[in-house]
Amino acid sequence: MFFIITALAAIIATIIWYVNAPEDKYKLNLLCFIFWGATLMWFVDHVMAFLTEGGEFFELTLDATMLGVVVVLFGLIIWLIALLISDPKKVFHKLSKN
Amino acid sequence: MACFLVPMGEAIVTTVIKKVVEKNEKEAGVKEASQTRVSWSRKLSWLNRLLWGGVLLLALEHIWHGEVVLWPPFLTAMNNPADIGPMLHEVATIGTGMAVFVTIVWLIMISIADQKAKAIQPAVKAEADA
Repeated sequence: MFFIITALAAIIATIIWYVNAPEDKYKLNLLCFIFWGATLMWFVDHVMAFLTEGGEFFELTLDATMLGVVVVLFGLIIWLIALLISDPKKVFHKLSKN
Repeated sequence: MACFLVPMGEAIVTTVIKKVVEKNEKEAGVKEASQTRVSWSRKLSWLNRLLWGGVLLLALEHIWHGEVVLWPPFLTAMNNPADIGPMLHEVATIGTGMAVFVTIVWLIMISIADQKAKAIQPAVKAEADA
């Protein structure tokens, strides 16, 4: 389930990025890369586990769903930290001037 | 168990390469964002972001499943000698597969970006000449 949730987050982030492109003031490309990187890696993990161990391809449990939500939140936090550090609107600069 | 270690290793190497390429491009006066070509430092930054993003989220997943802890020896499989062999096998197979797959996707991405940049080159030249 965390694979599906992360893939969904990657698709949504990419749509939002494309709607605003070529403008990327809020570094949405970073968010897209974070989610796509994890999605690609989990895809390989799921395929290899399915081929070697068999069983279900998607793990549809409450634990896996919770993990998916936590993973998306973690990705958003990483992006937010990068955004605040780069401060594209120079908010901190303006605040320190006041 | 620790499959994300291989993409992490690749990410460390590509981050160093990107820094070197960026420095060389700055010295050569190559613009990072040009309408007709994508610089190598920019292309490498895409790969770095894919790898580091994936590594960080996978590390969280491993912590969630209790396979990685924040204190030595960090990998719980290291506590049991019987688990070390399967862990190394997983790193060699799934970890390498992840790193190779992400790199292949990135190679496809940069070839598409190069083709798109080449396609608009005549239009940009004509605009500049006008």
